[in-house]
Amino acid sequence: MDFDRIKEKLNILADAAKYDVSCSSSGSKRTNTKKGLGDSSGMGICHSYTQDGRCVSLLKILLTNHCIFDCAYCVTRKSNDIKRAAFKVQEVVDLTISFYRRNYIEGLFLSSGIFKSPDHTMERLIRVAKKLREEENFNGYIHLKSIPGASDELMREAGLYADRLSVNIEIPTKSGLKLLAPEKKHEDFMKPMEKVKNEIIQYKSESKLIKSTPKYAPAGQSTQMIVGATGESDRDIMYSSAFFYKNYNMKRVYYSGYVPISNDPRLPALGTQVPMMRENRLYQTDWLMRFYGYDVRELLNNDFQHLEMDIDPKLSYALRNRHLFPVDINKVDKQLLLRVPGIGLKSVNKILQARKFRKLNWEHLQKIGISMNRAKYFITCDAREKELKDVSSENLKQLIMQNSFSKYRKEFTQQLSLF
Amino acid sequence: MKSVVLKYDGSFPGFLTCVFNAYEQKLEIAEIIPEGEDQKQLFSETLEVITEDFKVQRVLKSLKKKLSSNGFTRLYYSFLSEIPGIELKMYDMIRYVYSSQEKAELDYSHPSVLDISKAAKQVGREKHRMEAFIRFRLTKDDLYFAVIEPDFNVLPVITKHFKSRYADQRWLIYDLKRKLGIHYDLQKAEYVSMELPEDIGISGGNPDYFAEGEIYFQHLWKEYFDSTNIKSRVNMRLHIQHVPKRYWKYLSEKSPFA
Ligand code: SF4
Repeated sequence: MDFDRIKEKLNILADAAKYDVSCSSSGSKRTNTKKGLGDSSGMGICHSYTQDGRCVSLLKILLTNHCIFDCAYCVTRKSNDIKRAAFKVQEVVDLTISFYRRNYIEGLFLSSGIFKSPDHTMERLIRVAKKLREEENFNGYIHLKSIPGASDELMREAGLYADRLSVNIEIPTKSGLKLLAPEKKHEDFMKPMEKVKNEIIQYKSESKLIKSTPKYAPAGQSTQMIVGATGESDRDIMYSSAFFYKNYNMKRVYYSGYVPISNDPRLPALGTQVPMMRENRLYQTDWLMRFYGYDVRELLNNDFQHLEMDIDPKLSYALRNRHLFPVDINKVDKQLLLRVPGIGLKSVNKILQARKFRKLNWEHLQKIGISMNRAKYFITCDAREKELKDVSSENLKQLIMQNSFSKYRKEFTQQLSLF
Repeated sequence: MKSVVLKYDGSFPGFLTCVFNAYEQKLEIAEIIPEGEDQKQLFSETLEVITEDFKVQRVLKSLKKKLSSNGFTRLYYSFLSEIPGIELKMYDMIRYVYSSQEKAELDYSHPSVLDISKAAKQVGREKHRMEAFIRFRLTKDDLYFAVIEPDFNVLPVITKHFKSRYADQRWLIYDLKRKLGIHYDLQKAEYVSMELPEDIGISGGNPDYFAEGEIYFQHLWKEYFDSTNIKSRVNMRLHIQHVPKRYWKYLSEKSPFA
């Protein structure tokens, strides 16, 4: 291996890939058979964390940062004056294997700028994955980024080697996409998603009949949206998300606060802060939709288009729906229990178990680990009630925020200085 | 009835033998401590417990009947925490489970059940961290080698993970704190204990021991790690929360060498 050359390419092509926020390596079912290398049957592992706190679980690189397109929000865009590089197929294979054997990574996340044509690029990505699986007997995780506009046949083939496929929608609204990536068509994103969804369904039904059916993208597909580049509302973003989850069986939607990378009048100016708190609130909302049984319309709607930045969306929901509370912790059903601010999924299960044995009081709840500071205003239990029925939601919010951890408040004020 | 202090060999089977003896002799237990540790109870009588396999099997069998497999794993993990006094809590939980009808292992309002589950959670977390933070270095004789110093004794519970993941390479993970390692030779994984040279290091290390290019791969990884960082998003508090400083020395990406 020519280390110096590889090092240079790695610097350039990892740097360009870092804006893709998807990192998960879980959800696959590829077990190590026949004493090969690797296993991705369990939970994903984060092998490290970047200084900005994101997990590093995959070798995330571009095959090349040459690109024939000029999307305004992208560092790799044609008009950007940067160093260009390209990996050879074998170089990516060797790097992946060497890093994997040392337990640095769970696998590979391979994306690419579009050189020549979408098909030409996609075909190269597939070659890397195929080599890893067939020549190296590699059972680690492989995530391929589908190239918008790639053909159906290539999408089919990609799914035979990859654990996960993704097409980044990047811009949550059609109008925004038109503004920032006029060469790209909305359909170019939807078509591969549709194809992958259908293939997954087909392979699943076949594998029920024939045991030896190969796996097709066992970890499903995901997508990413850039947040804060085009003035879209939180409602726009989350409705798009809900649409993808529902219609394309998306495993994950990622939200990526826009990092200003160019001086383009269509975009927030260089030096504008990354909307991290907003991104965080969107992930919380996404989480509530997927695991807490909320419908997106309960969390955002025409009357409520923007998430509150100073409190989390669950508390925000509860304060807007005071008529549902307080609930009796010893009686209320699981679905409502999940909606109490300060009580997480794990605590809900602990409460459901523990209350079979005895009536729970404040002390029990505290020990179980629920966040009393928030929860106490929304529950009753086997103890004297806290009289707060008459406090208005606005005052209650102030009360809760005053008693919140100072670190939480500090973070928020930092964020506030943006506006 | 007078309460006694049980001294055992520090192993899990040893602990199970303690449970057997306590029940069989209807003992009131003040403490259960591994050899070499001092008892706190001044006026209690001390009994040495000899690990006996048939007792171990008997207790195991009955525990597995009373506990779900998750419940049993929690109990075992809490043992690996090596938290002083954890044995007595485990014993207390076992008694509670034996004396109740329902699935008492899930009664988080019972103090021992809660403490055991907390200890198990800590151990589980470190197990997971070790599976993430172990960094193998390839030695001259084709062995992927890693050293660790975990807070808890997680070696017994990470072996399976590495065995199924690295089935086609020889590896050795060595716990410096407990002076015990696990060596996998492509067939089976076994405990080993050995003297390590001083200059083997945690990352980097004397290149004489390592395969050609090994140090270079560590550099590549560090470079990669550095280029994944987005400067306008740096959040060191979050970073340290995810990668506690005490682990940094194993991580080539955090190492000051270069
Ligand atoms: S096509 Fe992809 S890589 Fe090329 S400029 Fe657009 S977003 Fe960037």
